[in-house]
Amino acid sequence: MIETLVFYFFAAVLVLSSLAVITVRNPVHAALFLVLAFFTAAGLWLLLEAEFLAIVLVLVYVGAVMVLFLFVVMMLEINLLKIREGIWAWLPFGALLASIMVVEMWIVLGSERFGLAGMIAPEAHPAGYSNTGEIGTLLYTQYVYPFEIAAVVLLVSIVAAIALTLRRRKGTKSQDAAWQVAVKRSERVRLVDIRPAKRAER
Amino acid sequence: MNFSVPDFTPALPEIFLLCALSAILVVDLFIEDAKRFTTYLLTQGALAISVVVTIMTAHMSPVHTFSGMYVSDMMTSVLKVGTFLSVMILLSYSRDYLQKRGLFRGEFYTLTLFTTLGMLVMISASNFLTLYLGLELMSLSLYAMVALQRDSSISTEAAMKYFVLGALASGLLLYGMSMLYGATGSLDVSRILEVIRSGQANNNVLVFGVVFVVAGLGFKLGAVPFHMWIPDVYHGAPTAITLFIGSAPKLAAFAFVLRILAGGLQPLVHDWSQMLAILSVLSMGLGNITAIAQTNLKRMLAYSTISHMGFLLLGILSGTVNGYSSAMFYVLIYALMTLGGFGMIMLLSREGFEADNLDDYRGLNARSPWHAFVMLLLMFSMAGIPPTVGFYAKFSVLQAALNAGHLGIVIAAVMFSLIGAFYYLRIVKLMYFDAPVDHSPIVGTSDCRILLGVNGLAMLLLGILPSSLMALCAQSIQSAGF
Repeated sequence: MIETLVFYFFAAVLVLSSLAVITVRNPVHAALFLVLAFFTAAGLWLLLEAEFLAIVLVLVYVGAVMVLFLFVVMMLEINLLKIREGIWAWLPFGALLASIMVVEMWIVLGSERFGLAGMIAPEAHPAGYSNTGEIGTLLYTQYVYPFEIAAVVLLVSIVAAIALTLRRRKGTKSQDAAWQVAVKRSERVRLVDIRPAKRAER
Repeated sequence: MNFSVPDFTPALPEIFLLCALSAILVVDLFIEDAKRFTTYLLTQGALAISVVVTIMTAHMSPVHTFSGMYVSDMMTSVLKVGTFLSVMILLSYSRDYLQKRGLFRGEFYTLTLFTTLGMLVMISASNFLTLYLGLELMSLSLYAMVALQRDSSISTEAAMKYFVLGALASGLLLYGMSMLYGATGSLDVSRILEVIRSGQANNNVLVFGVVFVVAGLGFKLGAVPFHMWIPDVYHGAPTAITLFIGSAPKLAAFAFVLRILAGGLQPLVHDWSQMLAILSVLSMGLGNITAIAQTNLKRMLAYSTISHMGFLLLGILSGTVNGYSSAMFYVLIYALMTLGGFGMIMLLSREGFEADNLDDYRGLNARSPWHAFVMLLLMFSMAGIPPTVGFYAKFSVLQAALNAGHLGIVIAAVMFSLIGAFYYLRIVKLMYFDAPVDHSPIVGTSDCRILLGVNGLAMLLLGILPSSLMALCAQSIQSAGF
């Protein structure tokens, strides 16, 4: 009973905050609503006993991706009026497509496959059950091949990011830490012997 | 849980390529710019050894490993060897071109190898997870390669378009895959086939999933109405990279389409065959008609690619073993023709000059009769004029579709390829009957010139003796068990 109430609470907040993401005018507020949506989705996953996924969602999406996203949104000057231009001209066409999609999804999702009868509720696990351990075991045994390919995809992104952004232009001033540490006193300090000026004679 | 260490031997080509690629990545750091030729040689060497490894580990009947996520059969081996060879040809065509444009860098070679690895993973995948990861590995490397020429605003724009539309296509594909997973409860292609055959899956959900999968595949192949990125990317990317996008990835995409549609969704052939028929007729129509209006050769070849993809889909949509093997023959020949066509653009280009306008080909016969003849063979083959091999490729695809009872589509295909012959023959007319505008001599490294000559003559040779390659394709498809 209490679980159902918690589910409806999280689900309601999730739907409302997702709606707010696309309706609020201020992009920073939209990004913050997205953070809220991720938090509530993580709550739903906790209810499903998928605690690892819930934690990863918060750590990766909220902790890393959304913070970066917020920075980008704050740095860019987004002209909302320009984006909203022409929205009325395209609205009938968009609305038609969207309504076709909704009807199609209704037919598919309303079928017996996705009804409650088609989905058997999973058994509850005992208290000491670790879902993280299970995922780890599967990842390094049965799914080791896709796991390795995912690692190669990350390597590509490193190589590509460096290849596209690293360029040595002439005339840029940069620091070389090793050179700075290895500097000798003689290169930086010049002792000048300044003789005291003669006292002016009166 | 029960787990035994998987058999690594079927995946030796991928494992070897990954090791070689990592070694080249590190070695390249210690090479000075003047000695970059070493990286080139190492890359070619790695690819050549991979060909040998692939042939040595080839299996006649399908072998599964890595919990059924990897499959090796004769089709995968043939397509892998085709991929390696086309990448090797590409690298030797493009060396001189890259050197003159400041793109002769280590990253070009490592990203090329990453793309090749992604294509291998795609070709050998038998699970939606590995299919998708292979596709992303290939696409991400290609996005970066298109943007490699950073100072050119046109390449940056092309890379941006390619990236955004590619991401959209991946999204559609994944959505479709998730629907198929929801309907069948498995990501494994052969398991999906079993579930659909047993009739446990809901048909509405399956068809809904197939629509999205076909749309995603259409994007990746560049079939109309998902073709918008092709002309801009082909035009904007440096020619060497355009050639790369146009050749080997189509082989991988062919294996990808066949594995999903013919491997996993064979019982739904009636549904996806209708969808492919629309894509195929539209691609052949729009590709061939729009190509007539182009004055830029790269854009013209881009539209010609779209129409070739229509022909490829024509073979697949017949849904028979004969259709699949003729589509495989078509895609191998297509890769060879594209290599030759773009190779010619690179050969005629000089420092600070791209020979990508139709006017640059005026009077090529007067400048170099041999190169004009090679280009003539390539254009004849693309148009499908006998005795070049392009004729047999088109003929076998049309025959397969006709046998499967798609008479209307075959008539449309023949009409559109007649229209298409106009713009290929226009180049032949410009080369032989017009006076040259540009009188500069044709420079180019000797290996590139010899290889281009061989490429052109292969069109004629395979056209006279197509039976062995056709038999190989038929045997491969038989061995894959579709």
